[in-house]
Amino acid sequence: MSTQESNTQNLTLVQAVRDGLKSEMERDDDVIVLGEDVGKNGGVFRATEGLYDAFGGDRVIDTPLAESGIIGTSIGMAAYGLRPVPEMQFSGFMYPAFDQLVSHAARLRTRSRGRFTCPMVVRAPYGGGIRAPEHHSESKEAIYTHEAGLKVVVPSTPYDTKGLLAAAIRDPDPVVFLEPKLIYRAFREDVPEEPYTVELGEAAVRREGEDLSVFTWGAMTRPTLEAAESAAEDGIDAEVIDLRTLSPMDTDAIVESFKKTGRAVVVHEAPKTGGLAGEITATIQTEALYYQEAPIARVTGFDVPYPLYALEDYYMPEDTRIEDAIRETYGA
Amino acid sequence: MTDYTLETEAGRRESLRRMLTIREFDTKAGQYFADGEIPGFVHLYIGEEAVAVGTCAALDPDDLISSTHRGHGHCIAKGLDTELMMAELFGKEDGYCNGKGGSMHIADVESGMLGANGIVGAGPPLATGAALSIDYQDRDQVALAFLGDGAVAQGQVHEAINLASTWDLPAIFLVENNRYGEATPVEKQHNLSQLSDTAQAYDIPGLTVDGMDVTAVAEAVKEARKRARAGDGPTLIEAETYRYRGHYEGDEQNYRTDEELEQWQERDAIDSFKRRLIDRGELTEDDFEEMQAAIEEAIADAIEYAQESEFPAPEEAYDDMFSESVPEIEAFAERIRTDGGSNGGDA
Ligand SMILES: Cc1ncc(C[n+]2csc(CCOP(=O)(O)OP(=O)(O)O)c2C)c(N)n1
Ligand SMILES: [Mg+2]
Repeated sequence: MSTQESNTQNLTLVQAVRDGLKSEMERDDDVIVLGEDVGKNGGVFRATEGLYDAFGGDRVIDTPLAESGIIGTSIGMAAYGLRPVPEMQFSGFMYPAFDQLVSHAARLRTRSRGRFTCPMVVRAPYGGGIRAPEHHSESKEAIYTHEAGLKVVVPSTPYDTKGLLAAAIRDPDPVVFLEPKLIYRAFREDVPEEPYTVELGEAAVRREGEDLSVFTWGAMTRPTLEAAESAAEDGIDAEVIDLRTLSPMDTDAIVESFKKTGRAVVVHEAPKTGGLAGEITATIQTEALYYQEAPIARVTGFDVPYPLYALEDYYMPEDTRIEDAIRETYGA
Repeated sequence: MTDYTLETEAGRRESLRRMLTIREFDTKAGQYFADGEIPGFVHLYIGEEAVAVGTCAALDPDDLISSTHRGHGHCIAKGLDTELMMAELFGKEDGYCNGKGGSMHIADVESGMLGANGIVGAGPPLATGAALSIDYQDRDQVALAFLGDGAVAQGQVHEAINLASTWDLPAIFLVENNRYGEATPVEKQHNLSQLSDTAQAYDIPGLTVDGMDVTAVAEAVKEARKRARAGDGPTLIEAETYRYRGHYEGDEQNYRTDEELEQWQERDAIDSFKRRLIDRGELTEDDFEEMQAAIEEAIADAIEYAQESEFPAPEEAYDDMFSESVPEIEAFAERIRTDGGSNGGDA
């Protein structure tokens, strides 16, 4: 869409979440927000602020403290004509609802041979960077991508946040929408006031380059771009691809970029083992092995519970770790 | 061993001392959180001291408790060391969990404290399981779960109470009804005016007590303990109380009024218990001042201890992953020791 014609507002990522919810709720009366403290209080991170006043308690529902009940109820709502957008206060609090998400939301369509669907978006702040341990900081996207039947989205900019959220809400299937809370308020971007969508399943090239490809998403996109700029000072021209949707993954974009560069680094803050970097590497191996010129590097979190405070800085892949990997992969 | 029951003069003074210690500890924890020295989130127990202390005073020292995200009060009431607690809040290696857990994950099995818990509602199943162990091993103990009014809505809480009741386990469920789960008032979370009525669903005794009265709490827990030890199964106790601070430090608290807070503060559990002891001739104002001064000093020491302790070394993140060391993990740890841990232990 053309941004020249429409008015824009300069929003942070969390404001874009709110704006995306608001414009989808205006478009479609069946869109209903529910969760712990999302109503009057506006949510722990203020992602739903003002929605209660705008749409009332029937469409912005404060629930008891019961994740399994929230997701389970949302599934029932979705199967019978509504488009619920439940919020989990932190992605680490999703586990009490895991059975509902995995055993039911993800399988309703196949199990009923398409007679029931589950158009629901589970929103949850996720990832590290707020100095709190374990549940309050972990990145577990791979758990959800592993579950066929769930779509998984992680935005990295305010513009994408509003557009991807709209696309997720309009999507006929369940979407886990993970919001990188480290960058909730880190920067602003012009976001159209009008509703628009950013298509699910499409990666974005954030920096074009010829020498190697760096694949990442969410809060890791910015340090990756910084690392790429810094490597560029020494003539290393890295391409940075923000996957945006992790399931279904844009394998075409991954393979196309790799065929051009022959070298790859994958960056994610989730732990290494079983993380998506392994999946991306395997995709490259099967689809583009003969283009490969160097071992593929993974820059990830560690295989430990997300640590508290002082160790957080070691845990998160920061730009220097990413840059080291870029240089090594380039030189290999 | 310290006399710590509400049935003796010395025990009552000890109970007052612990209530004051909780208040001082959490007051300081709030200040150092605001200063940025304590990371993450802290949920303070100020206002609810009579619940933890009344409960633990009625338990035997060997009894077990499981705690919540608002656990500092439970720890102090159960006798945990305030220096090790404060070091844990600061994320330092001398803390109870070597600085890896923080405020919401303090645990000390030796003190019978099975753990604070970052997951609301996760404590009761732990207590039920511990009660099953007690039962199986025929030990003279009980396991008590603290939980909030909000937690009562969680599915796993229902499962835990149902198991304990069905199997007549020596368990106690102590609901701290402080009127809110985060910003949501209790009426919006439950269709019952008394949460103790949930006990009917399990056919166990359920009672509501004044959680601002340390003696009332202790009496209820004492009865429940007796019943549990007699093999008659669990009891659910609801203690009506109030938190004076926000849900977490930094909470805007737009969901409640100053008047409501003041009304509860007028019934402050520490003030009223102190007055009662003075009226009975068991305490003088001077004794109280002395007690308060000693506590302030002890907590100041705890802060100093925490500040002087070191942060854990990066490779310690790999410690205690499993009981035996795993060669791969050792190799990762070694790599961190040598090169600072680039690439998540990879290549
Ligand atoms: C499973 C889970 N969901 C949500 C949260 C976020 N959270 C932390 S405390 C809390 C409210 C708890 O209320 P209550 O049980 O009444 O305890 P209180 O804070 O009042 O002591 C919430 C929603 C969490 N920690 N775990
Ligand atoms: Mg409460």
